[in-house]
Amino acid sequence: MKHRYLPTTERDKKEMLETIGVNSIEELFADIPESVRFKGDLKVEKQLFEPELIRYMSKLARKNVNTIENASFLGAGVYDHAIPSVVDHVIRRSEFYTAYTPYQPEISQGELQAIFEFQTMICELTGMDVANSSMYDGPTALAEAGLLSAGQTKKKKIIVSKSVHPEARAVIDTYARGQHLSVVEVDAVNGVTDLDKLKEEMDDETACVMVQYPNFFGQLEPLPELEEIVHQHKSMFVVSSNPLALGRLTPPGDMGADIVVGDCQPFGIPAQYGGPHCGYFAVTKKLMRKVPGRLVGETKDEVGQRGYVLTLQAREQHIRRDKATSNICSNQALNALASSVAMSALGKEGVRTMAEQNIKKAYYAKSQLENAGLTTVFDGVYFNEFVIKLNGSVKEMNQKLLNKGIIGGYDLGRDYPELSNHMLVAVTENRTKEEIDTFVKEVGGAQ
Amino acid sequence: MNTNQDQSLIFELSEPGRISYSLPELDVPDLDLNEWLPEEFNRQKEPELPEVSELQLMRHYTALSKRNHGVDSGFYPLGSCTMKYNPKINEDVARYPGFSSIHPLQEEETVQGALEMMYNLQENLVAVTGMDEVTLQPAAGAHGEWTGLMMIRAFHEANGDFNRTKVIVPDSAHGTNPASATVAGFEAVTVKSNEKGIVDLEDLKRVVDKDTAALMLTNPNTLGLFEEDIIEMAEIIHSAGGKLYYDGANMNAIMGAARPGDMGFDVVHLNLHKTFTGPHGGGGPGSGPVGVKADLVPYLPKPVLVKEDAAYRFDYDRPDSIGRVKPYYGNFGINVRAYTYIRTMGPDGLKQVSENAVLNANYMMRRLQDAFVLPYTQHCKHEFVISGKKQKKLGVRTLDMAKRLLDFGYHPPTIYFPINVEECMMIEPTETESKETLDEFCDRLLQIAKEAEENPEVVQEAPHTTVIKRLDETTAARKPILRYQKA
Repeated sequence: MKHRYLPTTERDKKEMLETIGVNSIEELFADIPESVRFKGDLKVEKQLFEPELIRYMSKLARKNVNTIENASFLGAGVYDHAIPSVVDHVIRRSEFYTAYTPYQPEISQGELQAIFEFQTMICELTGMDVANSSMYDGPTALAEAGLLSAGQTKKKKIIVSKSVHPEARAVIDTYARGQHLSVVEVDAVNGVTDLDKLKEEMDDETACVMVQYPNFFGQLEPLPELEEIVHQHKSMFVVSSNPLALGRLTPPGDMGADIVVGDCQPFGIPAQYGGPHCGYFAVTKKLMRKVPGRLVGETKDEVGQRGYVLTLQAREQHIRRDKATSNICSNQALNALASSVAMSALGKEGVRTMAEQNIKKAYYAKSQLENAGLTTVFDGVYFNEFVIKLNGSVKEMNQKLLNKGIIGGYDLGRDYPELSNHMLVAVTENRTKEEIDTFVKEVGGAQ
Repeated sequence: MNTNQDQSLIFELSEPGRISYSLPELDVPDLDLNEWLPEEFNRQKEPELPEVSELQLMRHYTALSKRNHGVDSGFYPLGSCTMKYNPKINEDVARYPGFSSIHPLQEEETVQGALEMMYNLQENLVAVTGMDEVTLQPAAGAHGEWTGLMMIRAFHEANGDFNRTKVIVPDSAHGTNPASATVAGFEAVTVKSNEKGIVDLEDLKRVVDKDTAALMLTNPNTLGLFEEDIIEMAEIIHSAGGKLYYDGANMNAIMGAARPGDMGFDVVHLNLHKTFTGPHGGGGPGSGPVGVKADLVPYLPKPVLVKEDAAYRFDYDRPDSIGRVKPYYGNFGINVRAYTYIRTMGPDGLKQVSENAVLNANYMMRRLQDAFVLPYTQHCKHEFVISGKKQKKLGVRTLDMAKRLLDFGYHPPTIYFPINVEECMMIEPTETESKETLDEFCDRLLQIAKEAEENPEVVQEAPHTTVIKRLDETTAARKPILRYQKA
C-alpha cells in the first residue's frame, strides 16, 4: 500500500539498501532482541481514506455542542471572545507552524521577532519589566511561579487564595508536592481573599502568596492591601491575571507584584476543549535570570543589522540539565503568535474597548438578572463574570438553557460546597443584548 | 519610524487612529467606567499596543514568515526533533467548530464526540506502546516526563518506600530528563555510555542501588542507537526495586517493530508533535501523553476518561492519583491532529513510517561516513550522529558547517548534542523525505567537507545568503534587551 506521506519507491529502496550494504530493511532492525520484537499487526484502528476520514471526523465534531452555534455564558477561565480572522491566516502560514524552536537565528528571524513583540505586549499589559516567550497555560505558569518563589526566597510555604481557579490550585498542589513545598489555602470572604485569614497564615516560611485578578468569581482582588501584607513578610507577590482585563484595569505590575502570570486564551485562541492555550510569565527585572522557559533578546549581526536570538539560555534545561530553572522545553509559541496577532489587530484602542465592553455587558446582565428578582452574591467590582444564586440545580438550568441555544454558566457547587446552586456567569463582548435578554428571561423566569 | 534597513517591529509601524479589527458597537446601555471603577483599579497609563490597518498587519507578519524556515520551506533534519511533514488535513479537522469551539467545562453529555476521539486516541497509543493505560493530560514531552516521574514517586511512596531519591539518566539523554527529575523532587544521577554508544551495563550496576527510583531511557537513544541490552537493563532496575521510564522522543524509529511495554518499561511518554505529526509551531504547542503499566494506573493524573456502555465520562474519584498536571484535559487541539494522522496511516502505515525513517537515516549515514568521523559504526535507527573532528583540525567547526548549510536552503542538523560526542552533528531525516532530497543534502554536506579542506574561509564566514549574518549572542546575554521601548 502506498501512503501519501511516504515518498520512497521500491526502486529507491533497492538503491538505498545497496548503499547501506544490506539486503532488507529487516536487517536494520536486527539489533532489537528477538524476544522483544513485535510480531503481527498493531491493534491500531484501521486506515481511513480522506473522504471517509473527513466524514468520520465531521461526525465526531458534530456530536459536540459548540460555542459558535450557541451563545455561551460559560467562562471560568476560558472565554468566548471575538477572534479576528487575520489570526488564523497568519498562524496557518506554514513558515510559522511547521518550524521548530528558533535555534538557528539566521533562518528564524520571523519567529524570533514575533516572540520579541509578544514579550513586549505582555510587558505593556502587565506593567512588568520582562516576559518570557510563553508557558503551557495559565495554571502551570502559576505553579512555576510558586517554584521560582520558593527557589528565590529559600522558603517552603506557598499560600494560595481559594478565589484562585480550582484547577489551577490542583495543578499547584501537584507541582508543590514534587518540590516538597507545602501549600496553604486561604478562604475567600464576599468573593475575595480574606485579608484577616491571610495575615494569620503569613509567617517567615512563606515563599509567596498567589491571588487571581480578576479572580475565579470575576471579582477584583484588593491588590494594594494584599501587596502590603505579602511584602511585610518578605514573601513574593504572585498575581494571575486575565490579560484582556488589564486592557482596562490597573496592571498588577503597578501594584507591586513580583510575578504576573496568566493565560492569553482571550486573545485570539479558540477554547478547543481546554487546550492548547498559552500561558504567559512576567517578572520584575530583578528576577530576569530566574525565569523559566525561553527568552528572546535583541542584538546585532556582524554587519550591524538588528536581529533577535534566544538568550539567557544558561537558565534552561538543554544547557543546565538538572540545575535548570525549569524542565520546560516545548512551549506554546504558535499560540503566542496568535495572541500577538489578535492584540495587534484589536490594537491599543480595540483592546481597551473590548475590555470595557466586557465590563459593561456583564454589568447589564447582572442588573437585568437582579431586576428579574435573582439573587446575586458578592458585592465588589468585577470584570466579565459574576455569581448568581438559583433555586434549583445549575445542571438542570443548563439543560433548559441548552434547549434555547444557550450554554449556561459554571456550576460553582462542583468546587465550593457552600456555593451549590450558584452559577458563575460570564458575559463577553460576543454576547448580544438579545442573547443576554433571552438568558435573563430563561433564568429569571424560573425563579 | 524606523529609518534604517532593519525589519520593522510592528510597534514601529503604529500610528494612532488605525485598527485592523472593528468590534460591534455597544448594544447595551453605556456605563461610565471612570465613575464605576474604584480609583485603584482604573488604569491610568494605557498599554502601548500597536495601531495598524489590516493590510499593514498582514504584510508585517507575511514579511516575518518569509524570514522563517519551516518543514514546508525545505529539509529540516534536526536530530531528535522529528521534523516530519505536517499533514494539511490535520489542520482542517482541528478547526471544525465541534473541535475548536467547545468549552472544557461544558456538560459531558454535550461533548461526547470529543471524548470519543480522546478515548480512541488513548486506545491507539496503548496499542503502539504496549502499555495498559494512557493519559492525554500532559502538554508536552518534558511535562510528560515530570508526570511520569511523579507517578513513579507516588508508587514508591504507596509502598512505604520514601528513600528512593535518585533517577538515573544516561549521559546522552535529553536535557529535559535530568531537569524533569529535579522538578519531580529527585536527584539526577548519570550513567555512562560505553564504546558502542549505548548504556554501559557495568556502570549501570555501579549506580543502581536501593535509592534508585527509576532509570530514564530513550530507546533508540539520542545517538540513534538501539539499546540492545534493554532486557538486562530492565532486569537490573527491576530487581533493585526501581521503575523503567521510556522517553518517547524517538518513538518514530520503532513503531510496529518493538513496543516499550514489551521491553520492560513501566512508564512511557510520547511526543505527539514529533512522531504523530502535530506541528512544532515554532516551539509549541506540543502534546505529551503518558502510558503506564497496570501497577501505576491508580496514580494517573485525574480525571481519567472512562467508557461506560456507549457513553464517555471523566472519573474524578481517583484517591491515589497524583492529581492534576494541567487544567482540563491536555492539548486537545494537538490530540485531534494526532488522531487524524493515525487514522490516515492505519497500523500498516505506521509500521512503514518507522521502516522508512530508519532506511533514510542509514542511507544518509553511509553516504556521509567517509568524509566525517562516524563515532558508532553499527546500523542506526531513525537518526545518527557524525563528528566534525576532522574538519575541526582544519579550523572549521561544526557550527561553521551548520551555518554553511543555511546557504543552501537547509535547516542544519542538531549540533553539539548529545554532549558525549565531540563536534557532533545529529541528523534525523524522517520518513517523509524523498531520496532526491537526501541525496542533495548529502552532496552539499560532502561539498562543505571539501570546502573545509580547500577553501575553509567560505565555511568559516557562512552564512552568506541569509537575511541576517551571525548574531552577537554574547552582548545579547550580557546586556539583555528583552522588549521594545519607544526611542
